[in-house]
Amino acid sequence: MPVSPKQARTLKHRSWVAFLVVPPIVFMSLFVVYPILSAFAYAFYEWRGLARGEFVGLANFKEVLFGATMGPVVWNAFLHNVYALIALMIIQNGGGFLLAWLLYKEPFGFRFHRVAVFVPVVLSTIIVGFLWKLFLNPNFGLVNQALYSVGLDALAKPWLGDASTALGALILANAWHFVGFPTLVYLAGMQRIPSEIIEAARLDGTSEWQLLKNVVWPLVAPSTTILFTLLFIGAFNWFEIPYVMVGLDGSPYGTTDVLGLVFYRTAFGNQSASIQNFGQGSALATVLFLFIVVFASMLTLWLRRREIQF
Amino acid sequence: MTIAFAPSAVSAQSDTSRSISFAFLAQIILILNSFIMLYPVVVMVFSAFKSTGEIFEHPFAIPDFTQVQNFARVLGETSMPTYFLNSIVVTGASILLILVLGTMAGYAVARYESRTNTFILLFFLAGLMLPLKLAVIPLFILLRDLGLLDSRWSLIVTYTAIGLPSAVFIMAGFLRSLPSELEDAARIDGASEPRIMWSVMLPLARPPMAIAAIQNAVPIWNDFFFPLVFIQTDSAKTLPQGLTSFMGEYTTDWGMLFAGLTIAAAPITLLYIALSRQFIQGMTAGAVK
Repeated sequence: MPVSPKQARTLKHRSWVAFLVVPPIVFMSLFVVYPILSAFAYAFYEWRGLARGEFVGLANFKEVLFGATMGPVVWNAFLHNVYALIALMIIQNGGGFLLAWLLYKEPFGFRFHRVAVFVPVVLSTIIVGFLWKLFLNPNFGLVNQALYSVGLDALAKPWLGDASTALGALILANAWHFVGFPTLVYLAGMQRIPSEIIEAARLDGTSEWQLLKNVVWPLVAPSTTILFTLLFIGAFNWFEIPYVMVGLDGSPYGTTDVLGLVFYRTAFGNQSASIQNFGQGSALATVLFLFIVVFASMLTLWLRRREIQF
Repeated sequence: MTIAFAPSAVSAQSDTSRSISFAFLAQIILILNSFIMLYPVVVMVFSAFKSTGEIFEHPFAIPDFTQVQNFARVLGETSMPTYFLNSIVVTGASILLILVLGTMAGYAVARYESRTNTFILLFFLAGLMLPLKLAVIPLFILLRDLGLLDSRWSLIVTYTAIGLPSAVFIMAGFLRSLPSELEDAARIDGASEPRIMWSVMLPLARPPMAIAAIQNAVPIWNDFFFPLVFIQTDSAKTLPQGLTSFMGEYTTDWGMLFAGLTIAAAPITLLYIALSRQFIQGMTAGAVK
């Protein structure tokens, strides 16, 4: 069949557009869509090492959530993720909000403080984890050395070895690492508030606290929404800081165990006992994924409703 | 200003003194916070110039900066240079692939009318939302079947898959904003579509490429989870993962540990200090509208 010049042109055009869009789509399908769909499917099978066995229905889910061995471990870890979320919401995001407000007024040294608060954010979590692990060392760590040097010997303790302080230490290390992120996101949010609004409130004689609570906080609600959503996802995917600072078992005695560690132990084995259970690992990943998606979208919708348009 | 609107001179004075004391308090909090943010990093660098004994005895002392034995040993005795090189190769190749594929899809969606555009954007939006970390088991099996496991390629394709959706949106958003007169003029001159893209449009698209590159480079350079799962061979390890082997090997030699941490932290920290505005803009781009 002869091809008319116009058809040839559109054919040429079409193949050019296809050349542009097909490789990225094929790449995404292979390395994102396929693995994610498979992750759901894998959870319904029994696995022997790397080989897929029989279809077992919901057995893996049952074991992960309510089983005699896995159940208590998973719920214990889940609780620690919830603690971390609440504590980080107050320390990391709340602290970030207050720091942003101080920076917003552009005080002396404003540029320096803005750069300084973001330095830990660019560091690798592994570096941050090891650094704080060394600083928290019971004998030679900087923290206890500092306490000794000011005579507060009584307060010195093996921070990461003590069941009552270990999780708190991990949370504080995480807050040190990331507080710069909410600070600068809130700062950008505050800089978007029309300055007339703040001027007007000032002229009305509003106190600093009233201004912050009744004017600034409601107007940066979009930043709060996104920061809370990101923190929520981050808190339930928490892995690197605990892995580096307290190890794969969430020591001491599982008091720092979190879902990320449980997932890694289940799927890729404990270093001591090399066991791999891809079925239960996939079930845990699926439950966690659905939990994050459902709660994160509900929270986002709820937080969006309190945002004010201006 | 305050005085003119204040009802009486007395309260105006107390008002000013209150705002001065508030500014003073704010300054103290900011200085204290910056100290807490920077001091651990400073101690890390200082300790790298000390012997383990000196670190234990004088943890807060300023070291003799000519003592570089720890650095020499880290670079000469350990695999750190290999890890370093792997991190550069993996980060560089991933960013290159993200930019090439992201620009291709972004350009097609932004510059050519098509009924499939909405579908393509929704497809990449889904990729933006789904955390690939949770699909690490199937990804592990897929990479094994493709023979990529335990190689730097396993990391490059994974990071590209994670970074691609945001790059598509950044590129499409920017390219859509370019006026069509540019394209039309070149088309009348008889330029082919690939030529228009390459010589007319893309030279204008460097700023969004820089944003997409920085936004992805920091998390890729710092990532630990995927190498931990995919890489066993020492010669294929990246810096964060190699650091865990290194820290395990020299547990008691604190001078070495701090020197290793300092070397691992140096490139990204120095780059950040030099380009802090671009870093902050790139890394908060997803959360700042």
